[in-house]
Amino acid sequence: MKIHEYQGKEILRAYGIPLPRGEVASSPQAARRVAETLGGNRWVVKAQIHAGGRGKGGGIRVAASAAEVEQSAVALLGHHLVTPQTGPEGQIVQRVLVEEGCEIAQELYCGLVIDRQFGQPLCLVSPVGGMEIEAVATTSPDQIFREPIDVLLGLAPFQARRLVEQLKVGAAAQHELSLLLQKLYHVFHDKDCTLLEINPLVLTTTGTPVILDVKMQFDDNALFRQPDVVALRDLAEEDPLEVEASQYKLNYIKLSGNIGCIVNGAGLAMATMDIIKLAGAAPANFLDVGGGASAEAVENAFRLLMADANVQAVLINVFGGILRCDVFAQGVLQAVAKVQVQVPVVVRMEGTNVEEGRQILAESGLNLLIAADMADAAYKVVQAIQG
Amino acid sequence: MSILVDQNTRLLVQGMGREGRFHAEQAIEYGTRFVGGVNPGRGGGAALGRPLFDSVAKAVADTGANTTLIFVPGPFAADAILEAMEAGIGLVVCITDGIPIRDMLVVRRYMVGKKVLLIGPNCPGVISPGKAKVGIMPAHIHQPGRVGVVSRSGTLTYEAVSQLTARGIGQSTCVGIGGDPVGGFTFVQCLEQFQQDPETAAVVLIGEIGGAAEEDAAAYIAQHVTKPVVGFIAGQTAPPGRRMGHAGAIIAGGQGTAAAKMAAMERSGIRVVHSPASIGEAMADLLGHTT
Repeated sequence: MKIHEYQGKEILRAYGIPLPRGEVASSPQAARRVAETLGGNRWVVKAQIHAGGRGKGGGIRVAASAAEVEQSAVALLGHHLVTPQTGPEGQIVQRVLVEEGCEIAQELYCGLVIDRQFGQPLCLVSPVGGMEIEAVATTSPDQIFREPIDVLLGLAPFQARRLVEQLKVGAAAQHELSLLLQKLYHVFHDKDCTLLEINPLVLTTTGTPVILDVKMQFDDNALFRQPDVVALRDLAEEDPLEVEASQYKLNYIKLSGNIGCIVNGAGLAMATMDIIKLAGAAPANFLDVGGGASAEAVENAFRLLMADANVQAVLINVFGGILRCDVFAQGVLQAVAKVQVQVPVVVRMEGTNVEEGRQILAESGLNLLIAADMADAAYKVVQAIQG
Repeated sequence: MSILVDQNTRLLVQGMGREGRFHAEQAIEYGTRFVGGVNPGRGGGAALGRPLFDSVAKAVADTGANTTLIFVPGPFAADAILEAMEAGIGLVVCITDGIPIRDMLVVRRYMVGKKVLLIGPNCPGVISPGKAKVGIMPAHIHQPGRVGVVSRSGTLTYEAVSQLTARGIGQSTCVGIGGDPVGGFTFVQCLEQFQQDPETAAVVLIGEIGGAAEEDAAAYIAQHVTKPVVGFIAGQTAPPGRRMGHAGAIIAGGQGTAAAKMAAMERSGIRVVHSPASIGEAMADLLGHTT
C-alpha cells in the first residue's frame, strides 16, 4: 500500500524527525492561507499524488509570494498531472502540500528496503541525492553505500555512524544524521514498511539535516496490525475496478488489452497473459480468483471484466487438480447468466470429472468455446476477437 | 532416490482446520506417513486416527516427526514456523499465504546456523511421486520418474507437471518454493540437491518476475549443474511497479524483468521456453523422447 507524501511526513514528525514546516491544502485559497501562516519569502507547492517523478511533470513549484502560492495551487488542483510513472492519462491532483522553502547546501539520499536474497532489511545511503537512485546505481555505483540490518538488533549506532562517514558531510552534522538514520529505521520497522525512501535528505546552509521528500510503501500482509496506516488509504488514487476487486478479495490488475482473463493462481495468471501475447493479442487484465476458483469468485470476476469496456472476449484458465470440473462448469454457467456476459468466453479447465464439465458447457447453448489445453485456449480466444 | 520427502518422511500437520485436515487426508491416501497434528488447545484429541498435540515439541517427542506441513493463518504462521524449528524438525513446509514480511525476516534470522530447511511460505509444498506428498498439489497429475521440478508458483507448476506426465515423463521430486519476497529454500539450494540426486536426470525451473532468484539460479547452473534444464519465466507481459498477485512478483526500479531473467538463463545454457505450453515439449526434446 502507498500513501501521500504529506501523510508520510506526518508519520515521520511523530518520531521527532526534522521536516520543513508545512500543511496540506485542497483549495487555492487554503494554500494561500497556509503560506501566510508559515510566513517567510519562499514556499514550495507540491502536488500530492502517489506516483513518483512529480518534479519532471511540473508538480513541484517554487513560489516567491503568497499570491504565487495561490497561482501554483490553481495550476495544480483539479488538473491531471502526468509524470513518467503515471501513464499518459495522468493522475488528478486533489491536494497540494505547501511548505516553507529552505536553503540547501547538500543533497543526500537515504533508503530502507528489504533485501530479498539475504532476507534482511538494508539501509542505503548516497552523497548523490536528488536524482533517482536507479540512475545513480547505473552511472556511479561506487556512490551508494549499504549496511545490512539484523532485524533482531535494528540499525545499530555504529552502523549508522559508518554510513554517515560515507556522506562527506561536516563533523557538526554527523551525529544528528546518524540519529536520524536510526529513527528512520524505527519507522520502517514499526510500520511494516517495504520501502522508506528519503530523496533528497538535505543539509541546509546552517548545517541542519531536513527531509524534503519521503516515499513510503507498506506490506499489504501486515495491514491487519497497522490500523493507522490503513486509515491513510486514498481510494481516489486507485483504479475503480481494482478497488471493486479488492472488495471481492480478488487479485486484479487492469491492463490495456482486450482479452479478459480469469485464472486460478498468480503464476498461471501471468503465464496466461504471456500466452495471449504470444498468440497475437493483449490481455485486458491480470486476475487471480484463488486456487479453489469458487463459483462466487468467478461470478465477481465476470462483473469486473464486463465493467471494462475494452474486453471483447474472455479466457478462463483454471487448473484445479482437486477441483471438480462439473461443479466448476455449473458455476461458470450461473455466472454467465447472472452477469449477462455478451462476449465470447473460452474455457480451459483441468481437474477431476473434466469430461462431465466440458459436456455441461457444450450443452449450455451459450457462447462458450471449450479449449483442450492452454495453447488451444489462447488460439481460440484470439480467433474469437478477430471474428 | 528423490529429494526432501520420501518413505522416511514422518509428517506432522500444524493447523488441523478444514484445509489442514483435508490435505492430511490426501497425504495419507497417497501413502505418506502422517504421524499427528498440532493445534494448541486440542492436545489429547485425535484426528484421522492420529493424535493431536498442544505443541510441536510434544508431538516430536511422541511421534518422532521429522517434517511438518503448516496451514496456520498468516498472522500466526511465523510463530508456528519458529515453534517447529525450535522443536528440531528438519523440514518445515509452510503453505500459508499472507505472512507479514517482517515476521519472515525474524524467521530467516532465527534459522541462521540451524540444521533446518524451510520450504515456502505461500507455496504448494513438495511431492516425490510414488513416495510421499507434503503439500496441496493434486496427486493424480504426477508420475514417478527422473525430472526434478522447482517453481515459485502453484497452479503453473501443476500445468508444467501435467505436460510432462502427458508425454510419459515422470518426476523425481516437485518443489514449490513459494511466491513471497522473503522465504526459505531457494532455487540454488534446490538445484544443488537435484544435481546430487542420482535419480534426477533433468530439471524444470519455473520462475517469475521480481527479485533476482532466477539470475542467481542461472549463475549457479552455469558453474555447478551438469544436468539439462528447461526454464520458463511467468510475467513477460507484466507492467512494471505492479504486484502480480504474489507478494514477490513485482518489477521494481527496472529490476526483476522477465526479459533480464530469460537472458541470464539462456546465457547459462538453460533451454528457455517463451510459451508456458511448451515446457513439456522442450523437456521431451532434451531427453530425446519422441511424442
